[in-house]
Amino acid sequence: MDVSFALTGKGYVLIAADTTAAHSIIKVKSDEDKIKELSSHLLMAYSGEPGTSSILLYTAFAEYVERNIRLYQIRNLYPLRPSSAASWVRRSLADSLRSRKPYSVNLLLGGYDTTTYTPHLYWMDHLGTLVEVPFAAHGYGSYFSLSLLDRYHDPEAPLEEGLATLRRCIAEVTKRLVVAQPKYKVKIVDKDGVREVEL
Amino acid sequence: MARRYDSRTTIFSPEGRLYQIEYAMEAISHAGTVLGVLAKDGIVLAAEKKVTGKLLDLSGVKDGGYGGSGEKIFLLNSNVIGGVAGITADANSLVNYARTAAQKHLFLYNEDIPVELLAQRLCDLKQGYTQYGGLRPFGVSLLYAGYDPHYKFQLYHSDPSGNYSGWKATCIGANNGTAQSLLKQEYKDDISIDDAIDLVLRVMSKTMDSTTLGSEKLEFATLTLDPTTKTPKARIYRPAEVDALLQKQGLGKKEEDAEMKTS
Repeated sequence: MDVSFALTGKGYVLIAADTTAAHSIIKVKSDEDKIKELSSHLLMAYSGEPGTSSILLYTAFAEYVERNIRLYQIRNLYPLRPSSAASWVRRSLADSLRSRKPYSVNLLLGGYDTTTYTPHLYWMDHLGTLVEVPFAAHGYGSYFSLSLLDRYHDPEAPLEEGLATLRRCIAEVTKRLVVAQPKYKVKIVDKDGVREVEL
Repeated sequence: MARRYDSRTTIFSPEGRLYQIEYAMEAISHAGTVLGVLAKDGIVLAAEKKVTGKLLDLSGVKDGGYGGSGEKIFLLNSNVIGGVAGITADANSLVNYARTAAQKHLFLYNEDIPVELLAQRLCDLKQGYTQYGGLRPFGVSLLYAGYDPHYKFQLYHSDPSGNYSGWKATCIGANNGTAQSLLKQEYKDDISIDDAIDLVLRVMSKTMDSTTLGSEKLEFATLTLDPTTKTPKARIYRPAEVDALLQKQGLGKKEEDAEMKTS
């Protein structure tokens, strides 16, 4: 039942994810951070495919990704660029998909490429589909928010405008979705790196 | 008894030296010169061919195939050109290894391998032969001229011991001392690619044994950025292009020689 959104703006990517950790029909935690900071300029929101996976399984995948991206940085003194990191994560997920027990995890990868000074957002599903997009959403929230993002998204929007669009999405999901999530965490990545922002 | 510490690569001499590694480096200093110069908008590589002669069949080299035009300059990846000095057979093996490493990186990360990473891959292999039992290390030094988005244009050098270092201009092979000191005098920061080509050819003509330069003795390559796509563009000159370039720089054979050939 996880909900996550992301959108790009002028020199930044915003990612929002709900903070509920659920195991089957039971809510086990209400302040879970489901956006990993993979490197100084890379964020990853992860959520399970509804009905098939547990929070334990997909956090395991997120941690595996986190440590491997960190390992690359330690070995090579500079981090992977967002596009390369996304390709590597896709490869890992695709390999996992063809194993006995695949990770059913959906991802949003937002990063700022410090070599070209551009923000990038990647949408990836549990089947290993990778696309670079201007805005994205996963989970039931996507049914309510993609039309709003299509209408209000502007790739040149300043931060305040991007946050306003995000607020619209969250308000709509809260209003219409039966299993709406009450709390969201929002993170931003831009030239200064990653940090949390208040809605 | 004098050869006690010579015969194995993995044994230190009492003075703390690895003789086989030093002999490998000695072998390289007899090989044809390879010269690299880093410019602000590109890199230039030039190499002296040693295997020449009237009877050598160069018909396969004429078109300068995908990998390069001959024995010393190779395309390692779309963003890296390699120049080799040393035992050619060992070099071929390393070039093959480098190309595989670059493709593996492309497969995993969907990007061209960063230049330093490629140099590291080869050095890891070369270093292995200074520790693990084999008969001898690779008798090859390489120059890597490459581009990546992290550090833009780069020039690296690696030797048989597995050491590598980055350079603005450097030289391996025969007469490398002479060439190094010439480069040290003449190199300026912010040199343009055209000036770098000029510098490389001038230094080359001074260090090579023969009086006139020609495509049968010289290999030449540049790496620049494509002005429209901003992607690295490797160009390994074909023999005819090398001759044309030398002619333009006024270092080629005299016109009458060319006339003699055609008549």
